[in-house]
Amino acid sequence: MSAPTVDTAGTTAPRRPAPLLRHSLVLARRSLAKSLRNPGSLVNGVMTPALFMVLFVYLFGGSVSGSTDAYLQYLFPGVLVMGAGIAGMLSSGLTINIDMKKGVYDRFRSLPIGRSAPLLGSVLADLVRYLITVLILFAIGFLMGFRVGTDPASAVAASALAIGFGFALSWVMVFLGVLLRDESAVMAITFVSILPLLLGTSMAAPVDTLPGWLRAWAGINPVTHTMDAARALLTGTPAGDSVTLTLVWSAALVAVFAPLSVWAFNRER
Amino acid sequence: MTEYAFRAEGLVKRFGKTTALAGVDLAARPGSVLGVLGPNGAGKTTAVRILATLARPDGGTASVGGFDVVRQAARVRRLIGLTGQQSMVDDELSGRANLVLIGQLLDLRRTEAAARAGELLERFELTEAANRPVATYSGGMRRHLDLAACLVGRPRVVFLDEPSVGLDPGKREELWRMVRELTAEGTTVLLTTQYLEEADALADDIAVIDHGRVIAEGTPAELKRVVGGQAVSLRTTDPERSQAAAAVMERVAGRAPERTRQTLSVPVESDTAAWEMAAGLRERGISVTEFSLHLPGLDEVFFALTGTGRTSATPSAPVGTGTSPTNGTDPSPPVGPAPSDAGKETSA
Repeated sequence: MSAPTVDTAGTTAPRRPAPLLRHSLVLARRSLAKSLRNPGSLVNGVMTPALFMVLFVYLFGGSVSGSTDAYLQYLFPGVLVMGAGIAGMLSSGLTINIDMKKGVYDRFRSLPIGRSAPLLGSVLADLVRYLITVLILFAIGFLMGFRVGTDPASAVAASALAIGFGFALSWVMVFLGVLLRDESAVMAITFVSILPLLLGTSMAAPVDTLPGWLRAWAGINPVTHTMDAARALLTGTPAGDSVTLTLVWSAALVAVFAPLSVWAFNRER
Repeated sequence: MTEYAFRAEGLVKRFGKTTALAGVDLAARPGSVLGVLGPNGAGKTTAVRILATLARPDGGTASVGGFDVVRQAARVRRLIGLTGQQSMVDDELSGRANLVLIGQLLDLRRTEAAARAGELLERFELTEAANRPVATYSGGMRRHLDLAACLVGRPRVVFLDEPSVGLDPGKREELWRMVRELTAEGTTVLLTTQYLEEADALADDIAVIDHGRVIAEGTPAELKRVVGGQAVSLRTTDPERSQAAAAVMERVAGRAPERTRQTLSVPVESDTAAWEMAAGLRERGISVTEFSLHLPGLDEVFFALTGTGRTSATPSAPVGTGTSPTNGTDPSPPVGPAPSDAGKETSA
């Protein structure tokens, strides 16, 4: 700092490898630190599916499956996917939409980091949130009497599928969150789509027991495939092509909406 | 090549039908302070955002440290620090966490980032509040943190967009001291302001900007020569003596003072004119409730430069009176007396 001509490089540190990933991880940690200070949305994301589980099992369990225990075995995998899905829909899109309007994003954009690092950081942080959600749901399910009917590896695979699908779904919301200015619009879309997307599925009852119109929707709803896949992996019901369909859907959602989100995020505002 | 720390030529920026910048040229030598003076909506912030790579110009070019702000934005970002009008720190995190985060994003290792954060917290007198969430900070502390945050990477060029907005006079002087420290270290500063007084106190060069154009530029001395430099404003205790006071002012200044309600104002060439007037008032036994020597307010600067609005552009409010005899549409004059010259009060 002695002479102006010497103090050139701006930052003093040498550049280190993989800057985008490293910066994204730094920003993911920021996002998690904030979420720990203000755990409201995390709690929401866990409580909603947990409440559904308790309600459905104890209210309808007896009549649907003959016993609450038997119904829990059917319901739990769907609730798990619902938890990951809700977490995906509630977190990144809305958080980014609100965050982006604050001055701190202008500072990020004036720093020598990848333009999409704040976006990636937020989405990466969400992965941790899904993991927490899934673990808590497993704990609640266990307390209520759910037991994995297959093996631990399959249970891990089911969790991974649920998290992967939640992650894929979150990119749709991230895109909307980045695209739309108005946070209430983002919130409205989230709540309007949660119901058909997560409940119009095989979660509460097998698809072929649903009325025709709902069956048609549930049949094409990718969430149904994920729930079927999770059920197969956790309880040993036949998987069919549900695992493949889940993977294809997840990959397709990410492939379409991640680049769109990055594009929308990097636009000049 | 690096004759300029930053340079903008013919910057044009439109937002829909509004033209925010209509061809702006700005430049600063390394280690100097450029003051960009203008009212709200003049285009100051837009110019800063383009230089800081946050916005793209629709026309013209700009470079920082010789790097083009559009084509070499990443290089430019390694050289700059930005503090905007809006707070650019994270409310939910502590002051320290904010600074460490920026350090890490600037590729400092965690320990280095922590050390740099500690250093800056110390320098900006935030050590005590360092671990509290920023949401609990006062406006002044937040400004300090903002400034600290833009200095984490030891930038060569610092953009300060209206840094003194919302600061009380004492805090403002502290800010000025910090800006002077920066330039003493060789940092180039672009500072936008609505106050000639602030630009005069800090800047080596001033560009006056209005409706997206630079309407005047020069050193503070040159600019003051054009806009009439300082003015004396006074108000007599006894309104009846106002005429006599006006005569004294006219004799010294060589022109008749303008009158706004009870206040008389006249531009003066030098500090000594104020003393001569004070002496003249004492001789005649005219006592005054207010007597100040101050720089013109923004509206007077504009009046002098554009020559429009003669009827509405009155000499600025005698600072600190609480009355505002200006036309009311322009940003208000600085709060509190001009630190260098004011307070030369007398009660002869």
